Amino acid sequence: MNQPHRVLPLALVLLLVAGLAGSVLKPYPIYLISLWAVYTISAIGLNLTLGFAGQISLAQASFVGFGAYATALLLPHGVPFGFTLVIGAAISFILGVLLGFPALRVQGHYLAFVTLALATIAFLVFRNESWLTHGTAGIDKIARPIPFTSDVAYMWLCLAALAVVTLGVWWLLRSPWGRAFLALRENPVRAASLGVDVRTYTLLAFAIGAGLGGVSGALFAPLGQYIEPSEFALPLSFSLLLMVVVGGSGSFLGPFLGAMVSVALPEVLRSFQDYYLLIYGVIVILLLVFSPDGIVGIIARGVARLRPTDAPVEPKP
Amino acid sequence: MSVVLEARDLHRHFGGVKAVNGVSFAVEEGEILGVIGPNGSGKSTLFNCLLGQIPPSTGQVLLDGKDVTGMKPIELNRRGVSRTFQLLQVFPQLSSRENLILAGQEHIGSRMKRLFGRPDAGLSAAADRMLEQFKLSHVAALPAGGLSYGQQKLLDAAMAFMAGPRLVLLDEPAGGVNLSLLGSFRERLRAMNAQGGSTFVVIEHNMDFVMSLCTRVMCIAEGKVIANGKPDDVRNDPTVIEAYLGH
Repeated sequence: MNQPHRVLPLALVLLLVAGLAGSVLKPYPIYLISLWAVYTISAIGLNLTLGFAGQISLAQASFVGFGAYATALLLPHGVPFGFTLVIGAAISFILGVLLGFPALRVQGHYLAFVTLALATIAFLVFRNESWLTHGTAGIDKIARPIPFTSDVAYMWLCLAALAVVTLGVWWLLRSPWGRAFLALRENPVRAASLGVDVRTYTLLAFAIGAGLGGVSGALFAPLGQYIEPSEFALPLSFSLLLMVVVGGSGSFLGPFLGAMVSVALPEVLRSFQDYYLLIYGVIVILLLVFSPDGIVGIIARGVARLRPTDAPVEPKP
Repeated sequence: MSVVLEARDLHRHFGGVKAVNGVSFAVEEGEILGVIGPNGSGKSTLFNCLLGQIPPSTGQVLLDGKDVTGMKPIELNRRGVSRTFQLLQVFPQLSSRENLILAGQEHIGSRMKRLFGRPDAGLSAAADRMLEQFKLSHVAALPAGGLSYGQQKLLDAAMAFMAGPRLVLLDEPAGGVNLSLLGSFRERLRAMNAQGGSTFVVIEHNMDFVMSLCTRVMCIAEGKVIANGKPDDVRNDPTVIEAYLGH
């Protein structure tokens, strides 16, 4: 489940099935599938930073916000959606590089607090700089790009973007860069002694992860056609973190499954009304206690049980 | 022969503890220098000072006559210096082959070329040859974390050779390697030294291994060089015997 080349077809089939199902569903499920695709892109970015390169970030929601505001603010000025997406991703990429610098000096909990500070600053900018962001009133009537104005067409656009991101990240992870990211996570001291430029790869891990957050945000803004600051506050960062961990941190399929749980479970538990968050929380706790490697870990163990046991490898003299 | 590595009056103090206390030595091209000494004598600290892991308090490290004191490990690696660590330092989730490819990939082309080039950076064949030389071919595809301790030690050493280094510093390479593998491991290191023209500095506690592998042996005690010469001469040196046996 951790081998990108093995699960890539599975991920692409999942997207196709989601799209085909969405094409015959009602508007709300179509919205949920689109939201899943958008959140998955952001979770893939965070998984690259956290799961593969081992750098914690609580600022992913901020990067989604930068992408969303770039799109929402530029579209009315006649900038094509494709450009707003690239600009949003570029802004997040550059801010991701800047966020990466503290990671060169601090790790673990300390790095988490540094990223928490950025998330807080970004939220305050979104909320307080009303001259630019319209503050708590938010920005509405965000147009969808032509010809993706209908719910179904926009869903396909989100899924297509997710497919492109999936292929791009698959390429990245199978390249020597992916190997270097893993080395960064597992043993940076040894990696440096082998010539791996820990500094550059750390910055790249943050920047690429943040850039994907920006892409996600650029797609998010026209989806609901309205954005406001609280959508990009800490709860979304925690939710994205949860998607990565619940799905399986450091696994290629993890963000797909984690985002699916995060989007679908509240809907499934909606009938429990006030208790749904409580049940959701208990399910997540149980999952992480019994399967720290997430849903992907459960599936991998299930698949391993179905396969015949390999003969143990005997050392050769 | 030219001097590859030279330490000049190296000191490293930790508070009042003088872990390395005025060490000077030179290693010539093609030599295999063994560094021995009792536990806590300062061997690993000396290695860390030479390799930029920790800066020396005072003194100089020269590589090919150029001052590299305090230079970062990655810079030294780019100048052809490779190392292993006392404790195992393989990447457990990567396969043995992937560990070796990782050990060589950063020396192939530019970073952008590596991103758009072959996933194995063109190193699969070289990695397989290295696995064969270190008798690890049968575990090539297995995650390194699943290998026995001895196999991981061999893999750790093999990784140090993937980039074709000029100078290799091996910190207790034989520790944990079983006796049946030790002989072939020694021969492999000898062959690497002869064929590749690499210069070795080896810290080792296994006296038979170090005496039969090295062309010269240096003994350190309490941060100072107390003997430096041919293996047999150092083995029989009364100062060395006293440092080890404490009388």
